[in-house]
Amino acid sequence: MNDRRLEGIIGQLLRAGVLLAAAIVASGGVSYLVQHHSSQVNYHTFAAGGQSVRTLPGIVASAARLDSAGLIQLGLLLLIATPVARVAIALVGFALERDRLYTVVSLTVLLILALSLIRAI
Amino acid sequence: MTVLEFTVVVWALSTLAGFLGALTGLGGGVVVVPALTLALGVDIKYAIGASLVSVIATSSGAAAAYVREGFSNIRIGMFLEIATTLGAVVGALLAGRIGTHALAIIFGMALIQSAFYSFKATPGSELPVESDALGRRLRLGGNYPVDGKREEYGARNVRTGLGIMFGAGALSGLLGIGSGAVKVIAMDRAMRIPFKVSTTTSNFMIGVTAAASAGVYLSRGYIEPRVAMPVMLGVLGGALVGTKVLVHARVRTLRMVFGVVILALAIEMIVNGLSGRI
Repeated sequence: MNDRRLEGIIGQLLRAGVLLAAAIVASGGVSYLVQHHSSQVNYHTFAAGGQSVRTLPGIVASAARLDSAGLIQLGLLLLIATPVARVAIALVGFALERDRLYTVVSLTVLLILALSLIRAI
Repeated sequence: MTVLEFTVVVWALSTLAGFLGALTGLGGGVVVVPALTLALGVDIKYAIGASLVSVIATSSGAAAAYVREGFSNIRIGMFLEIATTLGAVVGALLAGRIGTHALAIIFGMALIQSAFYSFKATPGSELPVESDALGRRLRLGGNYPVDGKREEYGARNVRTGLGIMFGAGALSGLLGIGSGAVKVIAMDRAMRIPFKVSTTTSNFMIGVTAAASAGVYLSRGYIEPRVAMPVMLGVLGGALVGTKVLVHARVRTLRMVFGVVILALAIEMIVNGLSGRI
């Protein structure tokens, strides 16, 4: 497997992930608009939302109840996962090519990503 | 404002931002954040959270198209991502400690840099260079299509490149933008990598960089679903259309116009930040 082929597969996978994420976000959005279209909103001052929009278990639980905000967040989580998957696949590709240097490089990037994402668990 | 009005207005602004961002290569984030904060009075933390997810959407969504052209270099991208992701985590952590006014002012300054880039950036006419010792050791060189043939290129000044990339990551994490312009400077100007390879590799890197701040943003509540939903869908849709018409558009003129708009937004953000209105 050469780099070009590997990148091609990664590219297709990323696009599929983005389109699926967009579909989930859109379905949550439609359900939100149907239920709340005439409520008043403003986002002038920041207030962090509850667990159901800020943590992975909270988001999964509220999406499972088909809560509109939970569905949107689930789609966004999937979206955030696409570049992470990209690094993971590249890691496997480099390992298969027995490219030790770039296996270590990819692993390092993956660890840094994990360091950030672990905060939301 | 009702939910419906807010969603439609945000979606329309984001579509325009994604469209212009794709046409000019500056990304949607640089317009979305000022549009939300200045026009709709949305708190900048919600704005940068929504912008960050839209940055990931455009980067991942366009990846397949860029790969097909055969310009992007996965080794250069992956290696430099060590610096951008570290920078992004640091930037995202800093965003929580910096006040809203200061964030607005820093954002304004980043916009000025973007405007400057859009006036000035022209594809480097310099010839590809040979790798220096470190570039060779890291096997950063590659080849790219020029007039039907594949031409070899190398990479130099890796340490400087890494340093600038750390800064690009920090800026991305702090402001929820892709900071593609800074990434291109690191590769094109510092590392002497061909312009076309630099811009496409930068697009590939933007999503990974943004994902590194996303965990911090999510856990802090910056990613508000009801704000992020119309922004993400709008920017993604606009960007997909933008990349399709890119070939037919008069990009140079457009970049100048866009540069003026960004400069105006920059001044607006800084003035509002200084006077405490944001």
